[in-house]
Amino acid sequence: MRRVAVIGVGITEFGELWDSSFRKLGIGAGLSAVGDAKITADKIEALFVGNMSAGRFIRQEHVGALIADYSGIARDNIPATRVEAAGASGGLALRQGFMAVASSLHDIVVVGGAEKMTDVSDVESSLIQSSAADQEWETELGATFASLHALMATRHMHDHGTTREQLADVAVKNHRHGALNPKAQFRREINRDVVLRSPMVASPLRVFDCAPSSDGAAAVILCPFDIAKKFTDSPVEIIGSGQASDSLGLHHRKDICTMAATRAATQRALKMAGLSQKDVDVAEVHDNYTISEIIAIEDLGFFPKGEGGKATEDGLTSLDGDVAVNTSGGLKARGDPIGATGVAQAVEIVSQLRGTADKRQVKDADVGLTQNVGGTGATVVVHLFRRV
Amino acid sequence: MKDVGVVSYGAYVPHFRIVPEEIGKVWGVDGKAMGKGLMISSKSVPAPDEDTITIAVEAARNMMRRCAVDPKDIGALYVGSESHPYAVKPSGTIVAEAIEAAPDLTVADFEFACKAGTAAIQACMGLVGGGLVKYAVAIGADTSQGAPGDALEYSASAGGAAFLIGAQDVIATMDNTYSYTTDTPDFWRREGQRYPRHGGRFTGEPAYFRHVMSGGKGLLERTGMSPEDYTYAVFHQPNGKFPTRVAKQLGFSPEQTKAGLLVPQIGNTYSGAVPLGLAAVLDEAEPGDRIFAVAYGSGAGSDAFDITVTDEMATFRRDASPTMNELMASPKYIDYATYAKFKGKIAKERD
Amino acid sequence: MATAPRYWRENPSRYNMVGFKCNNCGKYYFPPRIICPLCHRKSVGKTEPVKLKGTGAIFSFTEVHEGMDEHYVQKPYIVAMVELEEGAKVTGQVIDCDACDLSIGTKVRATLRKLSEEGSAGVIHYGYKFVPVRENGERPGDE
Repeated sequence: MRRVAVIGVGITEFGELWDSSFRKLGIGAGLSAVGDAKITADKIEALFVGNMSAGRFIRQEHVGALIADYSGIARDNIPATRVEAAGASGGLALRQGFMAVASSLHDIVVVGGAEKMTDVSDVESSLIQSSAADQEWETELGATFASLHALMATRHMHDHGTTREQLADVAVKNHRHGALNPKAQFRREINRDVVLRSPMVASPLRVFDCAPSSDGAAAVILCPFDIAKKFTDSPVEIIGSGQASDSLGLHHRKDICTMAATRAATQRALKMAGLSQKDVDVAEVHDNYTISEIIAIEDLGFFPKGEGGKATEDGLTSLDGDVAVNTSGGLKARGDPIGATGVAQAVEIVSQLRGTADKRQVKDADVGLTQNVGGTGATVVVHLFRRV
Repeated sequence: MKDVGVVSYGAYVPHFRIVPEEIGKVWGVDGKAMGKGLMISSKSVPAPDEDTITIAVEAARNMMRRCAVDPKDIGALYVGSESHPYAVKPSGTIVAEAIEAAPDLTVADFEFACKAGTAAIQACMGLVGGGLVKYAVAIGADTSQGAPGDALEYSASAGGAAFLIGAQDVIATMDNTYSYTTDTPDFWRREGQRYPRHGGRFTGEPAYFRHVMSGGKGLLERTGMSPEDYTYAVFHQPNGKFPTRVAKQLGFSPEQTKAGLLVPQIGNTYSGAVPLGLAAVLDEAEPGDRIFAVAYGSGAGSDAFDITVTDEMATFRRDASPTMNELMASPKYIDYATYAKFKGKIAKERD
Repeated sequence: MATAPRYWRENPSRYNMVGFKCNNCGKYYFPPRIICPLCHRKSVGKTEPVKLKGTGAIFSFTEVHEGMDEHYVQKPYIVAMVELEEGAKVTGQVIDCDACDLSIGTKVRATLRKLSEEGSAGVIHYGYKFVPVRENGERPGDE
């Protein structure tokens, strides 16, 4: 297996981008990544696009071909593949690109992720998001996507004593980070009261416990590690890639306070990298809800089970904490254009490891991690990155 | 003809209630006085996810829990209602599946205003008595509608009861039945119309009273029984006034009608009314007790029944399902706005 | 939207909580599966559909305020994960009660209610929801 490096990253602004169509977003992120990598289009050998539900958000399937077409690379007839695993679509597209380069099938690969969510009503948008859960046995019975995470939160509070305030602290921290990220959807700090007084969505989760609906796209350029220096002085190596599955329905999990797929994917990625959790300096985790980040930082092994809330409250996941979590603002503040999210996480980690994260730069960041979740934990993709 | 009777029964009433004062407040009516006149202190309101089918299912399941009958031995199932959720597509098929009686049985929905449930009981008696089926299920259930501001709004409620009719191990024998039917348009709902219309005071003397009196008298004449021979009497109860008056005119005492008079607490459950009244009576009846019951359906007709409680009642598992008293205990009272939302009288614009 | 067949084929499980038992390991599942996720191929031919009792206890629950539009009349409504007596867990609404009357461990039983309907002209979908069980004749929340 060949070593793989990221030689370019690109990201659009995230938010309610009324002027931008799906294709405009996809091309925007791709162009900026290609520019960052200083490559020409004719060098691109393959395209992988992470996207959850263009078919329902904009009634457009076949978006691999669409992005290849509008980015002008379809003229060279390169293979373009759309990858879908709900919220983990972007992370999974990255893994497909990684495998394509690692296996020597391709040299230069573009991995993109995009979602255009605001062309449908809020009601339609939440219906589409709920399709990441089990339609027949969760959604049809009245469960919303938020309510399934609320079930996790209720149980986590019951089993581990996690407090309502600790959940709020996740949002407060991620807004603090997002305020430092010029691409973030929400660039203002909030306090606990803002979270605790926001309208209830599904008890105990309130509006400020939930990531927003967003438009946006992100892209990274991958190439064999050996030739990475030809394109950039600051390549970042992908040193581990892990993917795992679990039951689609939350009710079939052994423990709803644990995402077993996060644990398995993390173990696989760490094993490939030959590292342990202690080596990770900065992590982008899938905080689509505040409870998700608490569960994630436990299952990633940063903190023991049940201590994620306390660790957050104590500031251990802040920019200057033991492990800086969601320096971009996370899904909560940076925004969550579903298919783009997993790729945007990689963009942030690459920026951190290159030392170009500006005001939100984590000092001496050497190893970074991304954790991207599909559904309520049925698919998890974990990647590890290292500064070269 | 075999002797037939009730093998088991089950009832169901929704959890929610509204009081007449709450309705009157909205329409500029003295609701308290209205309630007093109707002898209704509250009426049941179905939750937004309830309809005649869910009520029928719940009643039928309560019925099945009380007996050891194999649902596959049920040969017929009829649901009587004036509020079937579908104009075309039977309610009974869902009930039959829900109690696992399908597919070897006949199913149909009945409609005869408020006596559709008792008409179903008569049909079941015929099938079982004639030996065509071993067991048959008759259900009377409704989520009746009263137009906003109409007098019916103070009474039209929801509930239902189910009866398993058979020839063996009966807890009560159905000794006789008699019906009295004429064409009398006192209350109707045209196809496609949301709310029924009624003839106001025309629903009284020429409709309810004439038919219930004739049905009751006809049964007494045919059986040679007299009112004092009965322990209990149940009459259709669109309000508290009508059954009280008709009982008196036929010669029944308030002691005889008390157990089966539910309308003061739950309102007029239409097709559920006499079936629920009978269920309440069976909740407390003892072997040897005799029950007289007359159902009324607008349009118009009455079904009268002569019932005797058997020794089987002593070992009947009443407590396997909630009794009427338990079903009516600790309801949740709602305001008119919630009621209007639950009943679809106000609705959100949707995409 | 012609979705009647999609719901119709699940009627046994939706109406009567027909689940699945693996006679290789003895475990119960709901909804039915094709193979046992523990026994894999060893379970082939050794599984059977089983009607679950529909009684159990709340494992976790939430009061949903921002729900799907089709449930707007009920909002807020309660969604729970229920641990059935047979051991399987199932997601469903808890009705005819308030969230403040419930806690983890509250006993519930399945009942049949309308789940959704395809507008005012389409098919009505029925299925299980849960109600708190009356204990000593009383339900949670009774004075």
